[in-house]
Amino acid sequence: MAGRNIVIETISKIEGNAGLEVVVEDGAVKDLRFKITDYRRFLTVAARGKRMAAVPSFLSRICGTCSVAHLFASLMAIENSQGIEVSEQTKALRRLAYDGLMIRDHALHLYFFVLPDVLNVDSIFDIPDDTDDPGHTLLRDSFDVKRLGSDITDATIGATIHAPSPTVGGFLKPADHTRFPDLLARLEAVRPQVLRGIETFLGWDASLVRNSDYLCLRNEERFAFLDGDVTNSDGERISDKRFKDYLQYVRIPHSHAEGYRFSGTQEDYLVGALARLNLNYDLLHPRTRADAADAISVFPSDNVYHNNLAQAIEILQCVDDSLDILNELRVSEEKRVRPDPRAGTGASLIEAPRGLLYHSATVNAEGIVEDYDVVVPTAQNQINIENDLRYHFERNLDKDDDGLRLDAEGIIRAYDPCMSCATNFLKMDMTRR
Amino acid sequence: MTGGGGRRERLVVGWFSFTCCEDSTILLTELLNDHLEEWVRVVEFRHMRTLKTNNSIEGLDVAFVEGAISSESQAAEVREIREKAEHVVAIGACACTGKPSTSRNLFVDEQIDERIRWYLDHFDYGANVVPLGEVVRVDDMVRGCPMNARSFTQTLQKYLELYEVA
Repeated sequence: MAGRNIVIETISKIEGNAGLEVVVEDGAVKDLRFKITDYRRFLTVAARGKRMAAVPSFLSRICGTCSVAHLFASLMAIENSQGIEVSEQTKALRRLAYDGLMIRDHALHLYFFVLPDVLNVDSIFDIPDDTDDPGHTLLRDSFDVKRLGSDITDATIGATIHAPSPTVGGFLKPADHTRFPDLLARLEAVRPQVLRGIETFLGWDASLVRNSDYLCLRNEERFAFLDGDVTNSDGERISDKRFKDYLQYVRIPHSHAEGYRFSGTQEDYLVGALARLNLNYDLLHPRTRADAADAISVFPSDNVYHNNLAQAIEILQCVDDSLDILNELRVSEEKRVRPDPRAGTGASLIEAPRGLLYHSATVNAEGIVEDYDVVVPTAQNQINIENDLRYHFERNLDKDDDGLRLDAEGIIRAYDPCMSCATNFLKMDMTRR
Repeated sequence: MTGGGGRRERLVVGWFSFTCCEDSTILLTELLNDHLEEWVRVVEFRHMRTLKTNNSIEGLDVAFVEGAISSESQAAEVREIREKAEHVVAIGACACTGKPSTSRNLFVDEQIDERIRWYLDHFDYGANVVPLGEVVRVDDMVRGCPMNARSFTQTLQKYLELYEVA
């Protein structure tokens, strides 16, 4: 049988650049390479020698879409290195700003990248300008949802991308609480639109079922993104301080980003919204649980396309959590916690939109960063993505090349990968415990 | 700036990203919340990989280019864009100034450990990261990190007027 080379030079409708190359010989997949092709910028190396206060803002430039995740992870790592405990108000405001990030970031992925697949069109530009078309309604919903997420973050920390207000120990500028009443009204008003999105992704029948290990944070009090212990499918629990010790670094010769294995199970693993819903669905907000019960009953799920449904549910979760925060929060003037610098190392582990994000900072007695490490979600998912693609290709070689290309892009897109993030790496030994 | 190529029904644009965090792309997707309906009537987005699968770089009136240039293969790609587009606009700090993507240009030898060296040697990383203007002629710049939104809409409007798009 003649060989087939199936190549996707650049995968579309994702953040950053990646490609796929598949070699088929004698009716079998001989080689499959998922290639992250964004050039590295080595920003964590460039962070060395900078004053610690300047580093979080600098490292928010790792990623445009989840800059708030890198900003907060960096602040928390440096605060931990300094023994700084921020106020309850600072924690609440960060949680609120982060809900805004999740709402905006998930909505961008779901409506601008994935919805065209659901509607069988090339892009959002091809959705008919016809009020009777379901795509027209969903696209207008997306504008309201994204705008609301951005406005929550902007009102709380000064901008949606590379926000200027958060700093080590608190804020440089207080949140604009005069905008909170408007946000409260819009959050309540947007719920039916968010539920329409959940129904859309619940009704989409795309499927790729493969059993992976799942990793995410779990906080026993609530569905949280900024604190908790790492847990996996077997219920193993690891504190953020020990997380790095469990990662096995894998150099991937065809990719600018490296992969990881989790040494607890020796399996490839998946991080992100699917992992969070699979392992934390019991912790969702009561209103979310009540109004999205049918969709939530899908979880736990091993269908990778359900990462999209999980993100849609998380938008509602973040809307309901934001309503709680805004109803309870009374912002008062606070000074940031600002002790003298001390030598130390601190780590943070949070849930970025795409999954577990680890930052670690080593600071000297003068407050200068001497070393910095980052582990991002897309790099952790890289091996799982490649294995999912191999699994799918091996079982669908009877399809023509265009059909397989379409499938491959859909599978990759379901992960919501971010290549700008992925080309940053953790400096660690190639050993595991 | 070179002149426009005559009246258009719609301005034909491409959006390209090189070495950066794609913050300006994200900001553009936010601007679409308010402007999509208006822009699709006057702008054809002929190339925008972030939002489209079927893309072409043929016959562009304006290419908006985000990011710094890290390699000869990226430089070749951007030179091709320059050939195919009547105007090229640098978008955001990395395209306009190179920073912060140029950080590695300042690394001293002891910062380039085996881990970094492997990537630099294994792929076609250039000796230095450079801003867009060091590789091709740039007609306009929209500065900022991410790009200044008002400056972008003003620049887009300028080209709509140049091509007499109704």
